[in-house]
Formats: sequence, C-alpha cells, structure tokens
Amino acid sequence: MEWFYRLVDTLLPFDWTEFGYMKNALLAIILITPLFGLVGTMIVNNKMAFFSDALGHSALTGIAIGVMLGIDNYLISMMGFALLFALGISAVMRKASSSADTIIGVFASTGLALGVVLLSVAGGFAKYSSYLIGDILTVQPEEIAMLGILLLVILVAWVLFFNPFLLTSMNGDLAASKNIPVGAIQQVFMLIVAVLVTVSIKWVGVLIINSLLVLPAAAARNVAKSMRSYHGLSVIFSVISGISGLIISYYAGTAAGGTIVLVAAVIFFVSFFFGKRRMRVSA
Amino acid sequence: MNEVKRTTCKCSTEIRNLSVTKRDGILLHDVNLDIHHGEILALIGRNGAGKTTLLKALLGRIPYTGSITFHDPEGKRLSHPHIGYVPQNMLFDRDTPMTVLDMLCANLTRFPVWLGHRKQQRKEALEMLKRVGARENLLDKRLGTLSGGEMQRVLLAFALYPKPDLLLLDEPVSAVDRMGIETFYDLVTVMRKEHAMPILLVSHDLAHVEKYATCAALLDKTIIVSGPVRQVMQTNAVKEAFGLKLAGGK
Repeated sequence: MEWFYRLVDTLLPFDWTEFGYMKNALLAIILITPLFGLVGTMIVNNKMAFFSDALGHSALTGIAIGVMLGIDNYLISMMGFALLFALGISAVMRKASSSADTIIGVFASTGLALGVVLLSVAGGFAKYSSYLIGDILTVQPEEIAMLGILLLVILVAWVLFFNPFLLTSMNGDLAASKNIPVGAIQQVFMLIVAVLVTVSIKWVGVLIINSLLVLPAAAARNVAKSMRSYHGLSVIFSVISGISGLIISYYAGTAAGGTIVLVAAVIFFVSFFFGKRRMRVSA
Repeated sequence: MNEVKRTTCKCSTEIRNLSVTKRDGILLHDVNLDIHHGEILALIGRNGAGKTTLLKALLGRIPYTGSITFHDPEGKRLSHPHIGYVPQNMLFDRDTPMTVLDMLCANLTRFPVWLGHRKQQRKEALEMLKRVGARENLLDKRLGTLSGGEMQRVLLAFALYPKPDLLLLDEPVSAVDRMGIETFYDLVTVMRKEHAMPILLVSHDLAHVEKYATCAALLDKTIIVSGPVRQVMQTNAVKEAFGLKLAGGK
C-alpha cells in the first residue's frame, strides 16, 4: 500500500488526498468502479436492473443471518444468502406464470423486510443502518486487497464468457442453436452479479449500489455504437463518477456514495440529450 | 397417414413419437418426421398448430418425450449437432449498441467482442456476409438500424457458421419485401444443392412452399400428411387446412 500512498502524494498533492482514509477510498474506487461499468452493460442488456436491486436488498437478510450465526465477517453469510436468493428467483421465474418484475419485486421486498425484522430483534437496527447507504471512507487496506482479487476474477470471467453472455442476452433460441448452454450461462452471470453486489455493499450501500451498476451502462448506451465503445464508455463513466464524486463529497461535506450516484446521473442525462441529438442528425 | 416411403434414406434428423405437453394442454402429440440431407422440408399448418413448438424442441429449448436424433451425411450419429436457426422477426433489444460485426464475431471466436475485433475475424465476418449476398458496409452498422431484409441476411450468415447439420428457417421472409424474398430463397436453394444441407422451412406462404420446397409436412399437433411437396399440396387435408375453395371444403 505504501507505494500507492507515495504515488498519490506525488501525483495529487491536494487537500483531499492528505488523509489516509481518502487515499484508501480512492484506491477502492479505482478498483471497483470499472467492474460496475463492465458488469452493468450486461445487466442493462438483460433488463436485469431490478434483479440486481433485489440482490442488494437481500444483503440485509444475509447480514442478519451472519449476526444470528455469530459470524464476524458478514460477507460469507451475505454472499451465501445472495446466491440462494438469485437461484430462488430464477427457479420461481421458470415455474411461475407471473411476470419477472412481479416475482423479483416480491423477492426484493421479502429480502429487505426479513433483514430489517431479524436485525431489529437482535437489538436495534441502528447499528446496521450504515449498510443502507454504505461508507467508502471506512474501507481498510485488507478489504482493498479483496477488491483487487474480485477485479481480477470478474475480468477473467468477462474474457472467458462474454461472447456466450452476449448471444444469450440477445436471443436465447439463437444462442441455444449454437450449442450454448443458455441456462448455465444465465446462472454464471447471476453469480457474478451476486458476488459483485455483496462484496461492495458495505461501502456502497443497499440503496445506492444499483444506481452504480445501472447508470454508467445506461449512459454509455445512449451514445455507443458497438460493444467495444459501449464497454469502454461505461467503464470510463463509472470511474469518472466514482473519483469525481469522492472529491466533491470531500469538499462539499456530503456522503460519498450519494454524491457519486449524482455525478453518474448527471452523466446519464448529458449523454441522453447528446445521443438524442445525434440520432436526429443521422436520421 | 400417407407418408411416402423412400428407398435411399439419407436421414439427417429423425423425430420419433415426439410429444410436448404444457400445463394448458397438449402442444404436440406423437410427431414422427424425417428430414433428409439435401431436401427442403416445408412445415405448414395453421396458427397454433405447433410449428414453433417443434422448432423449440429441435433446438432443445423445451422438454419433450420421444426422441430426436441427428446424423451426418455418412449416417454417423451426431450428439451435438450444429443447428443453423433463422428466427422470424427476431425479438431483441434494438437499442443495444451491437454491430453486425459484434454479432458475427461472438459466434466466430472466443475472443471477447467487448475488447474489439482482430483483423482476421473482420475478414472472416466479411466473407460470411458476402456468401449471403449482403453488402459489406453492413458490418459496422448497429443491428437495430438494419432493415428487415438486411437483418434476415445477417441472421442467415450467422446461422451458416459453423456449417449447420440442420438449417431451421422460421417464417424467414415475413419481414422482407418481394425482391428480398426471391433472393433469400434462391440463396437457400444454393445452400441445399451445394452442401446437401437439410433444411426445415416453416412457412405460411403456400406459393413459396410449392416453388422452393422439395417436401412438405402438414402439422396440426401431429403430422397429418407428409411427402413430396406436390403430392402433399394436392391432399384434401392441406386444402382444408388452408381453406382453399377448390377442395369443396370450408
């Protein structure tokens, strides 16, 4: 970590980088925002924005289960529960006749309510309310290492499985005709989303995480022409919102997570109008 | 059943006793059908007769009872056949920033298309487009901006790689203008003749079926009649199903 601190001191000799926690937060953001940008593209392609939101909500129940089992690191119980939750949603969606958003909505509210109830039984929900909006400034060096590993793992998966992901998201029948195991591919993707959401929920928060997954990709979609520019722009928008949101929050004294989302939202609206104008010009 | 027996059977796809049931009833019942190498078999029938269900079963997308077996031209059994599939009015999100090149390359290679395309792949994709008579400049167009005819060509190019052991065409020209229809079918006929490709064609348009298909099968939950296209077209079952006045039926 020392080399990174020195690097920041040399390259960015500003007020906001003076504190160790700001340096940590910066590094965490540099590692995690490209993932939001990358995975977000496929969430938007698959129209799964509501699904990833539900996964975020389920994290509260995951934490509660961890508390009840007496596990110190809630990450394990959160991830375990999120995976069960994701598999549960996909199993019910295959069987049930209700529409996907209804089923996901049912799961999302159950996950949230169950978490709140279980955590309030244990002695007051206030202790855990930080999970609702998260706090990137509390990130610890060993947690940053974990984010680095997560970045590597998801990058590898994104290289190995992207083409099947893409064809599956485009049209399931078409993908199946190319011998792509559509069901398995969808589950691998859900798994990636579940892991990403639960690992980052502590710093980003249940209420905000989905905005970070969806906004950069949605903004990139407004202006991109190909898969490459879609991904490139989504990652760039995500990293820019992350870093500038962090800096603005320092000077404005606001919560980092919310500020980051607001920057991403501004980028979305700018890209929306820019994209509209371009459509008119080319039409 | 007046199935016409063949002396030299070059079976590509054998469908035996295939049934599909859903909660709300029987979709397909005891379907028996052979698709041979080098023939265009037209699957005809009214709406809701189970044509799309049969295609989904062939693609392995829905559970069924009975058996479907695939063979190569030498008669060897294929456990994982390559199926070329050209869907009708393919449902996809037209706003997705995905070019024709992205789509073709996602099928050509494992190299993830979000990282871009290698020169070699671009060349191969271009060859695929040329083979189906599509213009080169389609390559960098977004899928959402293609016309019906252009999309159909791209889907055919996509279906033809790797060389399919069975080609499924589901109402392939419903979104294409008159000129495009002729060219599309001419192309498919070339595929059949040059590569002895077995082709299953789902169509409503009896004129096209008579002109381009070699065999036909009338489906209504099960195969009502099948055989060489001219014979099948003359049967009362077909005339009734399509309400042809000449038959003296409905």
